[in-house]
Amino acid sequence: MDAEAAKLIGAGLAAIGAGMAAIGVGTVFGQFLEGALRNPGAADGQQGRLFIGFAAAELLGLLAFVVAMILIFVA
Amino acid sequence: MASSGKIDPMHQFEVQTIAEGFTLGGQQIALTNSALWMLVTVVALWLFMLGGMKRAVVPGRWQMMVETFTGFIDDMLKQNIGKDGRKYLPYVFSLFMFILFANLLGLLPLGLIGIHPFTFTSHFTVTGVLAIMSFSIVLIVGFAKHGLKFFTLFVPHGTPLWLIWLIPVIEFVSFMVRPFSLGLRLFVAMTAGHVLLKVLAGFVINSANAGVGYGVGIGFPSFALMIGISALEVLVAGIQAYVFALLTSLYINDAEHLH
Repeated sequence: MDAEAAKLIGAGLAAIGAGMAAIGVGTVFGQFLEGALRNPGAADGQQGRLFIGFAAAELLGLLAFVVAMILIFVA
Repeated sequence: MASSGKIDPMHQFEVQTIAEGFTLGGQQIALTNSALWMLVTVVALWLFMLGGMKRAVVPGRWQMMVETFTGFIDDMLKQNIGKDGRKYLPYVFSLFMFILFANLLGLLPLGLIGIHPFTFTSHFTVTGVLAIMSFSIVLIVGFAKHGLKFFTLFVPHGTPLWLIWLIPVIEFVSFMVRPFSLGLRLFVAMTAGHVLLKVLAGFVINSANAGVGYGVGIGFPSFALMIGISALEVLVAGIQAYVFALLTSLYINDAEHLH
């Protein structure tokens, strides 16, 4: 296979990682909402933890984007 | 045809020299568009704060707005660090507001009147330095306050004895990765959003050039999507500034109290 084509295919495959991170972020917010609706009184105190979980899940998706960018523009 | 309408989503991130400066040690020191927009951000932030620091007993609208932000960061520090966190308020607040203003100014549609905003938070050099600043504060506070006991950070309470060879290694790696993940998150989130908007804008222009059918079929949905993504980007600008400040406060909490 042509090296250039392999790079672009790799960058496309890295987009799977972004989709996986979407599942992760959805899980974080979904589970938070589920818990928050059961006990609305405790929800406000947990917003910091919500965003920590969101940040951790999102970072992995952003790493997938970095991999794609490196494959297209750097490698 | 295809080559004339080529989308170049990376062009917006190019650092361009506005005023030639001087050379220092073989390196050119110049006013770039990145530096210019940092100055614009600082001036905007300064004006924003100036309007709200009149200390009126009955606060007006502007003062309420500023106090909402300071109260927000103050609450966050109180929740995450405790009452020792008060002394970090100036740093974390400046960090939060600087990143927030930078992100939002980069989203302004000033390109309509010929001024192209430059989102300098989409550069790893900028976010990396911000992250290194936070990381240095953690190291300086940690070592000044606890001395060599700061290294017990790598051995959490209740580590089983037979895992004592493994846990510190993992903790050390996760500790050293912090400045990278902190800087990388902000820079990639900003870059990704702007690239996405630019690619969609390219769809609109190229489909409109290709004919009426393409323009209606592809151009309009793309434009509608752009409006939605723009709203999402405003949200992301706020969330990323918040996450940066939140993680900084968590890391400072580690330095203050170990764990």
